[in-house]
Amino acid sequence: MYNFEFEQPSTVAEAVAALADEDAQALGGGQTLIPTLKQRLASPSKLVSLAGIAEMKGVSIADGVLTIGGGATHAEVAADACAPLAALAANIGDPAVRNRGTIGGSLANNDPAACYPSAMLALNATIVTNAREIAADDYFQGMFETALDEGEIITGVRINVPDGANYQKFEQPASRFALVGVFVAKTAEGVRVGVTGASEEGAFRWTEAEAALNGSFSADAVPAAPSADGMISDLHGTAAYRAHLVAVLTKRAVAAIG
Amino acid sequence: MSQVTMTVNGKTASGDVEGRTLLSQFLRENLNLTGTHVGCDTSQCGACVVHVNGEAVKSCTMLAAEADGADVATIEGQANADGSLNTIQQAFQDHHGLQCGFCTPGMVMSAAALLKDNPKPSEAEIRDYLEGNICRCTGYHNIVKAIMAASGQDVSAIAAE
Amino acid sequence: MPKDSGIGASPKRREDVRFLTGNGNYTDDINVHGQAYVHFLRADVAHATINGLDTSAAEAMPGVVKIFTGDDFAEVGGIPCGWGVTDRHGEPQQEPKHPIIAHGKIRHVGEIVAAVVADSLEQARDAAEAIELDLSDLPAVVNMKSAAEDGATKVHDDLTSNVCYDWVFGNGEDDAMEAAFASAAHVTTLELVNNRLVANPMEPRVAIGEHNKSNDEYTLYTTSQNPHVIRLLMCAFVLGLPEHKVRVVAPDVGGGFGSKIFHYAEEAFCTHAAKACGRAVKWSSTRSEAFISDAHGRDHLTTIDLALDADNNFTALRTRTHANMGAYLSTFSTSVPTYLHGTLMAGNYKTPLIQVNVKSLFTNTVPVDAYRGAGRPEATYSIERVIDKAARELGVDPIALRRQNFVTEFPYETPVALTYDTGDYHGTMDKLEAAADISGFAARRAESEAKGKLRGLGVNCYIEACGIAPSNVVGMLGARAGLYDAATVRVNATGSISVFVGAHSHGQGHETAFPQVVAEMIGIDESMIDIVHGDTGRVPFGMGTYGSRSIAVCGSAMVRATEKIIAKAKKIAAHLLEASDADIELKDGVFTVAGTEKSIDWGSVTLTAYVPANYPLDELEPGLEETAFYDPANFTYPAGAYACEVEIDPETGKVTVERFAAADDFGNIINPMIVDGQVHGGIGQGIGQALLENCVYDEDGQLLSASYMDYAMPRADDVPFYAVDHSSQTPCTHNPLGVKGCGEAGAIGSPPAVVNAVIDALQSGGHDITHIDMPVSPSRVWAAMNG
Repeated sequence: MYNFEFEQPSTVAEAVAALADEDAQALGGGQTLIPTLKQRLASPSKLVSLAGIAEMKGVSIADGVLTIGGGATHAEVAADACAPLAALAANIGDPAVRNRGTIGGSLANNDPAACYPSAMLALNATIVTNAREIAADDYFQGMFETALDEGEIITGVRINVPDGANYQKFEQPASRFALVGVFVAKTAEGVRVGVTGASEEGAFRWTEAEAALNGSFSADAVPAAPSADGMISDLHGTAAYRAHLVAVLTKRAVAAIG
Repeated sequence: MSQVTMTVNGKTASGDVEGRTLLSQFLRENLNLTGTHVGCDTSQCGACVVHVNGEAVKSCTMLAAEADGADVATIEGQANADGSLNTIQQAFQDHHGLQCGFCTPGMVMSAAALLKDNPKPSEAEIRDYLEGNICRCTGYHNIVKAIMAASGQDVSAIAAE
Repeated sequence: MPKDSGIGASPKRREDVRFLTGNGNYTDDINVHGQAYVHFLRADVAHATINGLDTSAAEAMPGVVKIFTGDDFAEVGGIPCGWGVTDRHGEPQQEPKHPIIAHGKIRHVGEIVAAVVADSLEQARDAAEAIELDLSDLPAVVNMKSAAEDGATKVHDDLTSNVCYDWVFGNGEDDAMEAAFASAAHVTTLELVNNRLVANPMEPRVAIGEHNKSNDEYTLYTTSQNPHVIRLLMCAFVLGLPEHKVRVVAPDVGGGFGSKIFHYAEEAFCTHAAKACGRAVKWSSTRSEAFISDAHGRDHLTTIDLALDADNNFTALRTRTHANMGAYLSTFSTSVPTYLHGTLMAGNYKTPLIQVNVKSLFTNTVPVDAYRGAGRPEATYSIERVIDKAARELGVDPIALRRQNFVTEFPYETPVALTYDTGDYHGTMDKLEAAADISGFAARRAESEAKGKLRGLGVNCYIEACGIAPSNVVGMLGARAGLYDAATVRVNATGSISVFVGAHSHGQGHETAFPQVVAEMIGIDESMIDIVHGDTGRVPFGMGTYGSRSIAVCGSAMVRATEKIIAKAKKIAAHLLEASDADIELKDGVFTVAGTEKSIDWGSVTLTAYVPANYPLDELEPGLEETAFYDPANFTYPAGAYACEVEIDPETGKVTVERFAAADDFGNIINPMIVDGQVHGGIGQGIGQALLENCVYDEDGQLLSASYMDYAMPRADDVPFYAVDHSSQTPCTHNPLGVKGCGEAGAIGSPPAVVNAVIDALQSGGHDITHIDMPVSPSRVWAAMNG
C-alpha cells in the first residue's frame, strides 16, 4: 500500500469537508478498497473513514418505508431490513466481510457482480447523499460508474417496502460474487426486475421480463433468455450461459414470491 | 504516524502506526501476536480472522487505525485461564480438525463467532458460515465435525474416526 | 477394542496444542535482528527481451540497501533440475538454464526481473516502481500443441525447439500395438485435459537469509518440505557454497502439497543477499505473488485408447500426452509426466500391452512440477475415465468391467516396469461397495429425480507408487538424488528419546505418529519420545516429505535405528543382569532374562549407557545413539476404490457432491485418525480439481486465475462428509512396518469418481454426453447439455 493519512470524522459535514482535499477518498467497510490498496491500484492521499458517523448508521422500517444508513453493514441489513433484502445481505461475501462491508460502500463502488445494485433497481430505491437524492434508475451508470460526484457521500438508502420480492443469486465459484443475480420486486409502480453480474454495462433492469410479469405474474410468463450480446464472458461462464441464467433465476424468484 | 490504543485479549495495547498499517500487521509486528496469519491478499482465506468488539472480522482487511479504541480478541487469548484448551480448541484437537495449523486460528475464531450467535448449528449452517475460511488440508470433514462437537452435538454417527 | 497407544492407536496430535493457541512457529513468524526486506520486481509480460534495466533512480530512494539484477547472478548456477529424462531416441532432455533473476530475457509472467532490498518492505516496493525497464515484447508461447509445432516461437533460443523430450515407455512396441488395436473387438478413445492447478498451501512461501560474519556461516529459514535437499541444491548447484557453512531451517510449515519441495530462486536470493547486504534479508510472498511464482501442477493434454477383446478383457492401452513444463524445469518437473505417470498406466489391471508417449514442452508460463499425487492422478484419471467410457459404450456395469480385469496375483510385473508386491483389489472394491452403499443408489436417484435433479454414481479404482526407490534403479532412470531417508535415535541418560528425522512434517502429524512406532518397539510411553525435524543443523541427511514416503521410508529408517538401539541396550542389560544378551527380552520397557525373574528397567539401562561405571567398556562404546539410512527395495503400492454421487441441477448445470466414499488399502496403519485426515484432505483437493479449480492463461501468457477471486478453492460448502474405510489391508512386503503411505491417495482417486458420476447423471437424463473436461463447471455442463 502507498501510505495515506487516516481520518475518522463524526459527522457527514466533517466527512464532506475532509473529502474536499485533493486525492482524499472515502472508506466504508474497506472490504473492496483495502485489497485494492494492497495491490497499489489506488493512491489516495487520505482515507476518510465513514464508520464514526452516527447519522449514517441504522436500519429501520416505518410507515412502509425502509431506511438504511449508508454506513450500515451487510450484517446489520441482514438483521434488520425487510426479508428479501435481508436475505440478499445475508449472502454477501462471508460473515467476517459482512461485519465490515457497508451498503454505501458497495453502492459507491458499483461492482458489476455486486448483489445490492440489482435490488436497488428492482426496489426503485432512492440513493440519498449528502447533497441530493438519486433514483436508482439514474444512479447506476455502468461498471464501477455511478452518478456520484467527487467527494459525494451516500448517507443512506430509502425504499418503499415491496408487496413481494425475492433475490436469486448464482455464485461465481471463486469470488462468491454473483455470476448472475436477479432481484424481482412487486412494487407500487409494478413489477421490476434487477439483474447483476450478467452485463458488461453493470446492473440493469430486464424490462421485457417486467412487461411480461406485469401482464401475468407467474414463472411461466418469464420470457426466454435475453440476448447474450453485451453479456459478460469469462472463465466462469460464457455470455450465453449468463443470459440463460438471467431467465432461470428470474423464474425462480417469481416462483418464490408466488 | 499516529498512536492507536486498543484492548487486545483483555490487555491495553498501544503503538504508533501509519495510516496504511493493517490490524493484522499491528497484531503480528507491533504486539508479536503471530498466531493471526495472513494467507491471502483479497480478503478470502480467513486465516487472519479475529474478533473486534465481539464480531469476527478479517484483520488483514481492516486498518489498525480503524480498531483504535476497540476490544480485540485473537487466538492467543482463547485458551482457558489455566492455559488449557477451551471447548472449541479442544474439539479441534479431539476430532483432528487441523493438520498444518495455518488456517486454524481463523477457523477457531470463526467457529467461536458462529457458536456465539447459533449455539447448535446444523452441518449446513456450519459449512455456510465457513465460506470465508479456506482450509487446504482437511477437506473440512473434521473441522465441521469438531464444531458440531464443540456445540455439544453427538457426532459419533458421522463417518470415520 | 482400539489400542490407546502405540502402532494402530489414534492418540490426539501433540502438535495441535501450539497451533490451536497461536503458538506455532511458521517462517513468517521469525524475525532476525536488523533484517532488511526484499521486494521482487516481477515480469508483467510473458515473453520479452530485456534491452535495458536502469536502477539508478531506484537506488537513490529512501531506505534502499541494494538492488540486484540478472547481472548479479550471471556467474552463479541456475536452479537445477533433479531428474534427467532420456528421450525415445536416447537423447538427454533439453535443459535450459533457470536463472535466479532473469538475464537478457523474460520467459513468464512473475519471473524475477530485479530484487530491491530496503529497510522496510514498502520502501522496497516504492523503489521497485522507480526501476526503468526497457523491454521488447515477444510472442508468447502458451498453448502446448502450438508450442510443439515446427517453426513455433521458441521459449529458449539456445534449444532446438520447445520440446523438452519426446519419451516413449512400456512394453508395447509400435507393431504390437497396431496389431492389438487392429484385432480388438472394441476400442474406446478419449481425449482429455488434466487441468492445470495451483497447489495453494494456506501458508504462502517465506525465505529469510542470514549470514554470520564471524564464522562465514549462513542460515536460511524457508517454507520447505525438504530442507536438506534445498541445502544441497542451493550450495552445490547454484551458489557454490560449502554445505557445512550453510544451515537450512524449515520450522512449522503451513502445508506443501508438493509446491514446497522445489528449490526456488527466492531461497538462493535471500541467502546470497544476506552476505552481500551485510544483514539478514526477509521475503514473505503474498498470495498474489504465489500464483505467479509457486510451481503449478498437472496440465496434461492426453489422448488415450483402450482395446478390448470380445469378452471385454483389456488387451492394449495406448496414451499420448502433452505435458507442460512451463518456462523452466523446476526441481522434479521432468519426472512427473514420465516416471510418476507413465509407470502407473497399468492401473489396477492386467492389460498385457501398454505404450506411453509423453512430449514435455516449454511454454511462457510458470514452471509446472509435482502437486499432490504428481503424475499418478493424471495416470489414474486417464485410465479410469477411458474404462468408464468403455463400459458405457459396451453397456456393461463399470464395476464389473473393472473387476473382470483386476490384477489378482502378486507379485505382478506390469508392462510399464513396476512390480506390485501386494494388493487385494476385489477385497478393496468389496469394502467400497459397502461404504458407499452402492445398493442404495437407485433409491437415492429416484429421490433426486423427484426433485427435478439428475443423480449419478461414479466409481473408479486407483493405484499409486509411493516411497519412490531404490536409489540405484531410479538413478538409472535419471534421478539425480538418492531416495533413501535417515533417522537418528538419541536416547538420553534418563531414558527420554529424541528422534532426528529426515522427513518433514507440514500437516502430516509426524510428531505424533512417529513416536507411536518407537514407543511400541521399546514399550515406553509416547510422551518420552520427541521428533526433531526441519533443521539441517540437527537432523541427518534425509530427503524430506513428499510422494507419501515419510512413514514408509523415513519410518523404516527410524525402525532400523531403533533396532540398533535395542540391540545395544540389550547388551548393556545383559551385562548388568550378568546374562547373555541373546537371553535378554525387552517388553513394556523392561529387560528380562528369559525364563527368570531377573529384570532391569529401561531408565536404568539408559543411565548406565551414559554413566558407564559398571559397563563393558572394552566391548561396547558408551552412549546410546544410533543412525540408520534406509533405501527401500521397491515402491509401495497403495490402492483403492472410490465412489462419488453427484446431483446436477439441469437448469443451471451446477454439480453438487452429495456423497463420497473411499476404500483404501494402505497396508498397516500407524495412526488411523491421521490416515483418515489425509484421505479427507486429498478428496477435498480432488473434488476441487474435478469441479472448481482451474489455472488459466490467456493467449498473451497473462494468468487469468491469479487470485482467489478467480481461482476457485474448495470451501466447506462445496464438499460433503466423506465415508472412508481402510480395513482392506495387505501389508507392504518389503519394509519393516508393512506400511504403504497415504498422503496422496485421496487426490489421486477422487477426480475420476466425480467426473464418472457427472457423466452417469447426464446420461441418466437422456443426454448423449460422454465427456466433459475438468473442472466440470456449471457453465461447461450447461453448454454440454445444450450443445
